[in-house]
Amino acid sequence: MNRRFVLALALAAALSAPALAQDKSIVVASTTSTQDSGLFGHILPSFKAKTGIDVKVIAQGTGQALDTGRRGDADVVFVHAKSQEEKFLAEGHGVKRYPVMYNDFVLIGPKSDPASVKGKDVETALKAIKAKGAPFISRGDRSGTHSAELALWKACGIDIEKEKGPWYKSIGQGMGAALNTAGASEAYVLSDRGTWISFKNKGDLAILVEGDKKLFNQYGVMLVNPEKHPNVKKELGQQFIDWLVSPEGQKTIADYKIDGQKLFFPNAGAPGA
Amino acid sequence: MMRAPITDLPLAFENASLRIGSVDILAGLNLEIPAGAPTILLGPNGSGKSTLLRLAMNLVRPTAGRITWGRRNHPDERLAMVFQRPVMLRRTAAANVAYALGRRDERRVTELLDRVGLSPLAARPARRLSGGEQQRLALARALARDPEILFLDEPTASLDPAATKAVEDIIANVAASGVKIVMATHELGQARRLAGDIVFLARGRLVERAVAATFFNAPKTAEAAAFLRGDLVI
Amino acid sequence: MPDGASALQLVFGGDPGLYRIVALSLYVSVAAVLLAALVALPFGAFLALVKFPGRTFVVVVINAFMGLPPVVVGLAVYLLLSRSGPLGFLGILFTPHAMIVAQALLVIPIIAALTRQTIEDLWTEYREELTALRVSPARRVGTLIWDARFSLVTTLLAGFGRAAAEVGTVMIVGGNIEGFTRTMTTAIALETSKGDLPLAMGLGLVLVTIVIGVNAIAWGARRVGELRAG
Repeated sequence: MNRRFVLALALAAALSAPALAQDKSIVVASTTSTQDSGLFGHILPSFKAKTGIDVKVIAQGTGQALDTGRRGDADVVFVHAKSQEEKFLAEGHGVKRYPVMYNDFVLIGPKSDPASVKGKDVETALKAIKAKGAPFISRGDRSGTHSAELALWKACGIDIEKEKGPWYKSIGQGMGAALNTAGASEAYVLSDRGTWISFKNKGDLAILVEGDKKLFNQYGVMLVNPEKHPNVKKELGQQFIDWLVSPEGQKTIADYKIDGQKLFFPNAGAPGA
Repeated sequence: MMRAPITDLPLAFENASLRIGSVDILAGLNLEIPAGAPTILLGPNGSGKSTLLRLAMNLVRPTAGRITWGRRNHPDERLAMVFQRPVMLRRTAAANVAYALGRRDERRVTELLDRVGLSPLAARPARRLSGGEQQRLALARALARDPEILFLDEPTASLDPAATKAVEDIIANVAASGVKIVMATHELGQARRLAGDIVFLARGRLVERAVAATFFNAPKTAEAAAFLRGDLVI
Repeated sequence: MPDGASALQLVFGGDPGLYRIVALSLYVSVAAVLLAALVALPFGAFLALVKFPGRTFVVVVINAFMGLPPVVVGLAVYLLLSRSGPLGFLGILFTPHAMIVAQALLVIPIIAALTRQTIEDLWTEYREELTALRVSPARRVGTLIWDARFSLVTTLLAGFGRAAAEVGTVMIVGGNIEGFTRTMTTAIALETSKGDLPLAMGLGLVLVTIVIGVNAIAWGARRVGELRAG
């Protein structure tokens, strides 16, 4: 069976192609919001130029990203949901949490603003949306944004799980998908500013509520615990973390702008962040 | 002391039957085919000629009775068969013969192609040969097995007279070289041209068995006589 | 890839990012089909030719698996290859190798089922002749596969089409890592979710063109082969 043999050889050659050749690399589990904002495209080349390390970013919701870390499939996790991150540490899956940067959430909605929330504070706005039964898109995916949204409903005194109606649509997808859905269904949605600024399909949507202290969104980075997962590349991973919180890394983050707007505000070392 | 060479002759049917569902395709066949001149199976369509050949070639087992080859229960495998519509493998004529040969032997392949007059077409894709050429190639394939008995099932039924003559010539030639020919045909003229002895079948039963001259000139049964006259034997 | 650039500009401008994505897509799907063929062609032929107890059940299951949802396959392979999973020591999660394996699993039922059908039909035609020629069962398989080669090319193309078009499997086991495991389909999904619909559509057109191209080449090769082999 000559033909079979040749095929098998070709296959073996193909499969051993140098796709795995790069050894100086780490896997970072991060969030879709962070990826969709374009931040990584901006900061990773600088990191690679300095250290020669390839950073491979897997973008998922915060919950999923942390689970990826729990399974040992990533070396570093970089997300924005402090309570979930602290749980991760408490479980022993992470070594130490470093605050890196913050941005804020904004409440996006149709320019027609059926619930009249423009300019109000976020809790008043959410109550109005619920009262009016105006369509609202929820990430529904255990992401940092989703956690923040749930915390805000709770702060309003609304038990959203019990009190939601057909106006509340939980889509279980990333920020970009949520914005697409909101635009298509004239709905309100909570978004991080970074994704919003770099989102290209804004259509009829606009920022209606911003600046509220409750919309603060903190990002943290952790090395996955090498004692639980021996395959973790701890030196390379720590190098990435160290760079993120270093003056150079922080400046690179601050330099990331779209249309002149800064997307992320570095705050490594800030107490209580 | 020399051992007697293994032979598949005589080919013997002992009360052999083939029943499919409730129909007896062949019933109670008692027949012995010895070495020698070609044996022609003659009879109208549906008389059981093809089935007899397939039983003899061990392609199918009888539902009753038995078949022996050289007094043994299994043939020695120096049997070969040519079908009415041969299946050409999707490769050249030469490659088809080489396939049947089962080993790399260019000299032998050329020899076989020569024997059936297909040498100039050796490199042609077999499926693009004409009907007659394909039948001759099927013959070459069968001969590649160096058979003691060569079965043929109405090999020229779909061919024009020129192609038929070419095939008959080869068959006569093969018979002359010592291969036992057992061939089914419904065509009287062909039987006359090629036969040593005739096995006449009708409705799944052996009706008459005789040397060619006897059968054609003095048939013993009414059905045989009717068939020779050109009547429909139902 | 530059944000906001139209896909056509990328193609004609020779954008290296786009070429890398196209090259990876082809590499993964072609390798997956070849790997799948290695397993599925003989298996399909075996199913066609060998009667064994439970054969009908296996045939039904294989036919049903032609419609396996890619995300399900992706998830199953992910759990196998995860560091916490049984095959984690291989360390191939989030690499093209995992994508190839996962897509191969997706494509094996298609190739096996179509091969079985093709070979079974051909065997009906060839049975008497090959039996008369006393061809051994092992040799029969090779002969039937070789004689059915043109139909089998179409079968492989069906497998390639399925592989090249799917996004669920490669997204889950590959992770859509830029410059490393991002394929055309995952790139389209990403650009859509970033709201860059024109770019996503452009990439989609490039993908469709490539798949048509591959089919055209295979069709041409088949025609040439048929003309030469009858």
